Amino acid sequence: MPLAHSPTTVPVLVDEAKCIADKGCTVCVDICPLDVLRISELTGKAYMKYDECWYCMPCETDCPTGAVTVNIPYLLR
Amino acid sequence: MNVWSDEIAQADCEVLVIGGGTAGPMAAYKAKTKNPGARVVLLEKANVKRSGAICMGMDGLNNAVIPGHATPEQYTREITIANDGICDQAPVYKYAQRCFEIIQELDRFGIRFLKDETGDYDVKKVHHNGTYVLPMPNGDTVKKALYRQLRRAQVLISNRYMATRLLTGHDSRIAGAIAVNTRTAQFLVIRAKTVILCLGAAGRLGLPHSGYLFGTYENPANSGDGYAMAYHGGAALANLECFQINPLIKDYNGPACAYVAGPFGAYTANNEGRRFIECDYWSGQMMLEFYNELQSGKGPVFLKLDHLAGETIGEIENILHRVERPSRGRFHERRGTNYRERMVEMHVSEIGFCSGHSASGVFVDEFARTTVPGLYAAGDMANVPHNYMLGAFTNGAVAGEHAIDLAAQVDFAAFDDGDVTLERERVLAPTRREDGIPPNQIEYKTRRFVNDYLQPPKVTRKYRIAQERFGEIREDLEGAMVARDPHELLRALEASSILDCAEMAATASLFRTESRWGLYHYRVDHPERDDLNWRCHTILYKVDGVMACEKRAIAPYVVPVDDREQAAYRRQRIPQPA
Repeated sequence: MPLAHSPTTVPVLVDEAKCIADKGCTVCVDICPLDVLRISELTGKAYMKYDECWYCMPCETDCPTGAVTVNIPYLLR
Repeated sequence: MNVWSDEIAQADCEVLVIGGGTAGPMAAYKAKTKNPGARVVLLEKANVKRSGAICMGMDGLNNAVIPGHATPEQYTREITIANDGICDQAPVYKYAQRCFEIIQELDRFGIRFLKDETGDYDVKKVHHNGTYVLPMPNGDTVKKALYRQLRRAQVLISNRYMATRLLTGHDSRIAGAIAVNTRTAQFLVIRAKTVILCLGAAGRLGLPHSGYLFGTYENPANSGDGYAMAYHGGAALANLECFQINPLIKDYNGPACAYVAGPFGAYTANNEGRRFIECDYWSGQMMLEFYNELQSGKGPVFLKLDHLAGETIGEIENILHRVERPSRGRFHERRGTNYRERMVEMHVSEIGFCSGHSASGVFVDEFARTTVPGLYAAGDMANVPHNYMLGAFTNGAVAGEHAIDLAAQVDFAAFDDGDVTLERERVLAPTRREDGIPPNQIEYKTRRFVNDYLQPPKVTRKYRIAQERFGEIREDLEGAMVARDPHELLRALEASSILDCAEMAATASLFRTESRWGLYHYRVDHPERDDLNWRCHTILYKVDGVMACEKRAIAPYVVPVDDREQAAYRRQRIPQPA
């Protein structure tokens, strides 16, 4: 039973120009209650790895540079 | 690449608090400040800074018993009635007596409460009888304020550890807990003299109408792990058939919220814009009328604010779009729902367990003790009805103070090392498979069947089918579930808690052969309330590896309730003109 990759559009967006994860910031990854954010090994910036979002907003509120935007997940909009 | 750690870490402590949301931080804080020399560990699946139901704060206290506005006796009576008489009053009365002191303590932590021009607390009326709702103007700062106190008291915080099972000693006392790191899958065995469970509601039980697994009313991290652990640890659970079902903004699936907007003049209305319920306080009886209105053709049901003045609505928006679930403002904006012009469409939520709103939880007494010696429970998962956030804080404090004293009198309970080995095998089984069924599919299927068969009105035949389906999913979960990294393992463990809770919901509901608590336990095959046979608790527990139920008598009331008062919550519907 091989596993498929089903695409979903993710609700949390990170503005890479503003994100300072490559300078060592991990605030959003540290505090996300669902633990769905990670730092990309490719870009050094934060991104939403798992589409398991409560659209609760600590990531956006606590981001020191205003790089994170929380949208309502598409299925709920 | 091997993402799995083989290491087992060990730790000892006097008091282990599991869950760092609302009750947990207060329990840990109280235990540590009462005995600063003791080791108090606070274990959290997410990060204590932003975990639990109040990760974005709270707009107010829903059950503040403040001298001059309400009395502990009046509150205890109101909750007894709201819960159809099924209530051991001692823990409710204890809460009502202590909660004002906790409000003052939160005030000292820097959390402000609304006061009038004379400096008195500006309490609002939302319940049927009493006045208990107190707004929090800076409610967004709650977690920060708590975290500061935990750091100051030097509570040991372990984030990103998910507890999986309790350890029980040879003498049946609590011995500690087993946990796994959600980023590394490292195992942690914590020996503890006392353990306090504060793991929140089982909020990921039913499936939201949107189909989005994480679009729940409760913080979806509250996946019922506490209920499952208490059950497997041998503790009794009470009245699980008294489901949590809430009136929520349709699709968004969060509160609208009538407790905030009601005191300003907003109310629940049908599609004609007319009121149909007497009172917006959440009770099973209120939910039944809400459900009936939806079924009658007078739905959808709405929260109506469009008759209020612009400034009033501005004030309401300033609360609702900033605290608790601030993204609801974004949701309304995208759909063009301006409170000034349009009513907010509401719907009946999926089911869950939560004593914070209804009465489904681990059985506890007035010291937050469960039926397992040395094991405590507080907050949404502990069976103190309609307990809300202030109940979590207050009963967390009660648990912490009692547990730290008990820990000073006892030694660690000896347990079987084989229990750790067995648990490790169970937890890591999904990581040992090359392929199989991923946790999200196991979870989706469980929760869809919860909706199909367990959502009230409850039909016996449907419940029997649900039990068969859950049995089939259990075979898949235990024999074929696969996790490819520690994050998927976290979800796999949650899927296991969810399935446990689904089975408990079915078993407890089938046991109580009457209808009670309005929609929460509306059994079509037993439509009447039967006080003669069922004015008692339903206790669910594990005996010889099997789920069992029994009746438990309600403790004699501390505060008498007369028959006329008992009926207050049953008169919900406003008579409509013919």
